[in-house]
Amino acid sequence: MTTTSPQANGSGGGSAPIQERDRVTVRFAGDSGDGMQLAGNRFADATAVFGNDFSTLPDFPAEIRAPAGSLAGVSSFQISFSKHQIFTPGDEPDTLVAMNPAALKSHLSALTKGGLLVINEDAFTSGNLKKANYPSNPLADGSLEEYRVIKAPITTAAIAAVDDLGLTTQNAERTKNFFALGLVYWLYDRDLQPTLDWIEDRFGRLPNIAEANRRALHAGHAYGETTEIADAHVRVPPAVLTPGEYRTITGNQALVLGLITASHLTDLELFYGSYPITPASDVLVELAALREFGVRTFQAEDEISAIGTAIGAAYGGGLGVTGTSGPGIALKSEALNLAVMTELPLLVLDVQRSGPSTGMPTKTEQTDLLQVMFGRNGESPLCVLAAKSPGDCFYMVLEAVRLAFQFVTPVVLLSDTYLANTAEPWPVPDVNQLNKIDVPYRKLEHIDPEDFQPYARDPETLARTFVPPGIKGLEHRIGGLEKSDISGDVAYSPENHQRMTDLRGEKIRRIANFIPELEVDGPESGDMLVLSWGSTYGAVFTAVNDAREAGHEIAHAHLQYLNPFPRNLGDVVSRYNKVLIPEANTGQLRMLIRANFLVDAQGYNEVTGQPLSARLLTEAIIKLASE
Amino acid sequence: MVLHTPAAPDLVENIIPIAEENLSRKDYASDVDTRWCPGCGDYSILAQMQRSLSNINVAPEKMVFVSGIGCSSRFPYYMNTYGIHSIHGRAPTIASGLKLSRPDLQVFVITGDGDALSIGGNHLLHVLRRNVDVKIFLFNNRIYGLTKGQYSPTSELGKVTKSSPIGTTERPLNPLSVALASEATFVARSFDTDPQHLQTTIEQAARHHGAAFVEILQNCNIFNDRAFADYTDREVRDERLLYLKHGQPMLFGEDQNKGLAVSATGLRVVDAHGPDVGLILTHDATRPAPDVHQLLARCQYPEMPVPMGVIRQVTAPTYGDYLDSQIEVAKFKNRQDVAQLLKGRSTWQVE
Repeated sequence: MTTTSPQANGSGGGSAPIQERDRVTVRFAGDSGDGMQLAGNRFADATAVFGNDFSTLPDFPAEIRAPAGSLAGVSSFQISFSKHQIFTPGDEPDTLVAMNPAALKSHLSALTKGGLLVINEDAFTSGNLKKANYPSNPLADGSLEEYRVIKAPITTAAIAAVDDLGLTTQNAERTKNFFALGLVYWLYDRDLQPTLDWIEDRFGRLPNIAEANRRALHAGHAYGETTEIADAHVRVPPAVLTPGEYRTITGNQALVLGLITASHLTDLELFYGSYPITPASDVLVELAALREFGVRTFQAEDEISAIGTAIGAAYGGGLGVTGTSGPGIALKSEALNLAVMTELPLLVLDVQRSGPSTGMPTKTEQTDLLQVMFGRNGESPLCVLAAKSPGDCFYMVLEAVRLAFQFVTPVVLLSDTYLANTAEPWPVPDVNQLNKIDVPYRKLEHIDPEDFQPYARDPETLARTFVPPGIKGLEHRIGGLEKSDISGDVAYSPENHQRMTDLRGEKIRRIANFIPELEVDGPESGDMLVLSWGSTYGAVFTAVNDAREAGHEIAHAHLQYLNPFPRNLGDVVSRYNKVLIPEANTGQLRMLIRANFLVDAQGYNEVTGQPLSARLLTEAIIKLASE
Repeated sequence: MVLHTPAAPDLVENIIPIAEENLSRKDYASDVDTRWCPGCGDYSILAQMQRSLSNINVAPEKMVFVSGIGCSSRFPYYMNTYGIHSIHGRAPTIASGLKLSRPDLQVFVITGDGDALSIGGNHLLHVLRRNVDVKIFLFNNRIYGLTKGQYSPTSELGKVTKSSPIGTTERPLNPLSVALASEATFVARSFDTDPQHLQTTIEQAARHHGAAFVEILQNCNIFNDRAFADYTDREVRDERLLYLKHGQPMLFGEDQNKGLAVSATGLRVVDAHGPDVGLILTHDATRPAPDVHQLLARCQYPEMPVPMGVIRQVTAPTYGDYLDSQIEVAKFKNRQDVAQLLKGRSTWQVE
C-alpha cells in the first residue's frame, strides 16, 4: 500500500479552533491485556501516513500477563511526533492515556505539569484502586489538580458501541483500546483510514470482531468531537523529510531486512541459529517466515548450539549468523572463541538488555560492550560494531557481513532493547544501489593444491586463506588448538604462539584501514566534545543541540565502530579540553577511551533500564561546559 | 488446537559422493603423525574408518570430520579429508549447521563418552531427535583419558579412578539407551578389536539416511585397560557377544547354541537345542517400536550376552529433508523479491 501524505487534513470537528504545535509526545499506559502496544503501533502508523517524523518507545513487563490491574502488569507505549526531524521518543509525555489506576500510578510522575490526562474512569473501582495502592480515588481527591483531566467512560462506552453485535462481554470490553485510540486520534487530528484498513486486514476473517473494533474506534473519535475538550484539540503539521518512499521500521525488523539483503548481496544462503531470548527472539521469528529467500532458521536447544550451528554454516562457506542478548553472549563465549581461533566469517547479533544475570529482560542497557570486547579466555580480538538507530541496524548488518568476509573474522553487532522495539520512519533503500559484498573464497576454487596454505594471509588485510569443504585437493583440518603460522598445523612453539597472537590482533587493527574515519559534528577542536556510541545517538544528538541553543559551543561525534576504533579517534579526542561520554552503563566506552588514549574523559551514566533522558543529559552537558 | 503435521518430504536415499578414481585406505590418511598412546584402541578405529571409506570410495573433498575435545577428538587431524576439531561437547551443533547448509557434504562426528554424554549430553539428545543427517561415532572407553584418568559418565558405579579414590558414587549412562530414548533412527555398537565387524558397522552407518549413532567400545590401555575384555577378548567373544543381523535369529554361543527370547521381565537366554527354540527372537532392526531394541541395549555382561551390530535402523525424513522442502515450497508459492520485502506491508511517499 502506498499513500501520499496529506498536506492539510484538518478535520474541523469540535467547537474550538484547532491549535498548532511543533512536537507532541503521547504515552498510552494500561494493563498488559489492554492492548496498549497495539494502540500505540496503530497511532504510529497513522502518524507515519500523516507525514510527521516520529519515534516510539514501547515499554512492557517481562511477565506476559501479570495479575490484572496490578502495578507489575502495566504496559506502555510512548510516541513522539513532530513537524521537524526528531531523534528520540521524547522524555516527558504531554499526554498520558491511563486505562486503569495502576497505569496512572506508574506513569503520572513522567507527565509534564499541566499535561493532558485521558483517564478511563470505569476502571477506577475500589478493587483496582487498592491493587494500585491508592488510599483514595485520585479522580475525586484533588490530587490531579496540576493536570488537565479528561475522564471518559472508556469501557462502558466501548461496550455500548458494540452492544448489538452479540459479542461476549470479554470481547466487547476488549475493544476499549480502539475507543481510547479513536479519542486520541480526534485530539491529535489523525486520519482513521490507515487503522480501518489495518482492522480489515487483520480481522477480515472475523467480521464481527472487525466491526466491533471499527465501531469502538469511531465511537472514541465521536466522543472527542462531541464532548467539550476545548483546549485539547491539537495539530502537528507534517514534517519536511527528504523526499522518497518511507516505511516504519524497528531495530529488530531492520536486522532481519539487513540479513536477507546481505544474503542477496553475497549471493549466499542465510543460516540463522538462535535460541529464543528477549529481546532478540523477533529476529528468529521473523526470519522463520522468510523461507522463500532460502533462509534456514534453526531454533537450537540452547545458546551454545545456536552459535555452534552458525559456526558450522560459516565453516561450510555460508552466511552463518547467530543472534542473542547478553546472557546468551555469556553462554556463547567459548564457541565465539573457536571462531576467533579458526578465523571464520561469523556474524553475532547482540540485542543488549538490562543485567546482570537475568536482570530486566524487557529493559534497555548498553552493558555488553566490555563483555563482547574481552569476555573470552586468551587474547581474543574480534570486530565489534554498534547500530545507532532502528534504521541503522539494517546498514550495520551489511557492514558487519562485509567485514566478516573481507577479514575472515567473527563480527559482533550490538543493538539493544530500545533500538529493537522503537519505530521510526525509514527511507526504503533501493537494493540495486547497494554494493555487492565480496566473498573472497570464491576466487580460490582453482587454486593449485601445492600453493594452498590455510593460514597464509592476505598481505594487506591479514585475512587467512579460508576455503570451505568441497574443493578437491584442498582438504585440510582446522580447530581450536594453536595453529602454525601459514600451514595451520597444530603448533606449540613459543615463538609461533607469540607470532599468531600478534597476527590475530593486527588483523583486527587493520580493519581500521577499511572503515570510515570518525566525523565530528560541530567545532573541529575546542572546549568540549561529546562522544557517544550505539542507541544513545538520538538522545545525545538532541541534548547537544539543546546545549548549543543555550549558547554553548560543543562538538559531537558518534562511534559505530567499537573495535577497531576509527583511525582518527585518538586525534579527535585529543583536540578538546573536555570529553564527555554519555552511556547507558557505568562507563564502559569511557574505560576504553581512557585506556587507549590517556584522555581524562568524563562520563554521564544512567543505568535505569530506560533510554537516556535528553533533558537530563542536556543539563549535564551544560554543567560540564560551564565549568 | 489443530496439530499441523507437515507433509513428509519424499525419502531421499543417502547419496554418498563417490571419488572418480579408486582410492585405497592410504588415500584417506593424512600425513600428520598420530599421537595416541601406543596400544590405544583408537588406532584400530582409525584404520577401520579409512578402510570403510575406501570400500565405499567416498570423495575425500566431500567428507568432513567434526570432533569435540578428548583423545578421540584428535581423530580429524589424521584423516585426509576436511575436518574441524572444535570445542568440548559441541561437535553435534557444528555438524548440524554444516550439514543443513551444505547437504552435499558427508558429515561424521567423532566423540567420546565424556564429550558426548557429559558436557555435550544436551546436543547429542537433540541432534538424534532432529534426525540431522550426520553420523556420530562415540568412542566409549569409560574414562577421561586426555585429562589423565578421571571417571566418566559411563564409568561403573564404585569405580576407583583419580577423581574417585574410594570409588564413584554415581551410576553410569548406557549410550545405546540414551540414543534410543532420543528417537535415533540408526543405533549400532561395535568394538575396536573386531576390524571386520567395525568396518561393516561404519559402512552401514555411512549409508543410513538420517542421524546414525554408533557406540564403539574402545580400550584405553593407560587409564582403564581391559574395560571390555571380559566379553570382547577373542577367546570369549562367541560365548559372550550377540552379533545381531537384521532378519536373523538372535543366536550366540559356541555353534550358536543359545538364543534370546522374551521373558516376563525382559529378555532371557534359552537353549537353541531345547524346547524353547521356537521362542527365539528374530532381529528386526526396522521395527518402529523401540521396545525390543531398548531391551537389547540393556543387555549386560555377565547376566546376558552383549549385543553388537545394528540394533535399530528405521527410515524417516531428516531435518534437512523437511527444511529443504519448506524452502522449495516457499520459493514456489511466494515470489517476493528483496526490493518488495524492504518495502514491507505499507509505505508512504514524501514529496
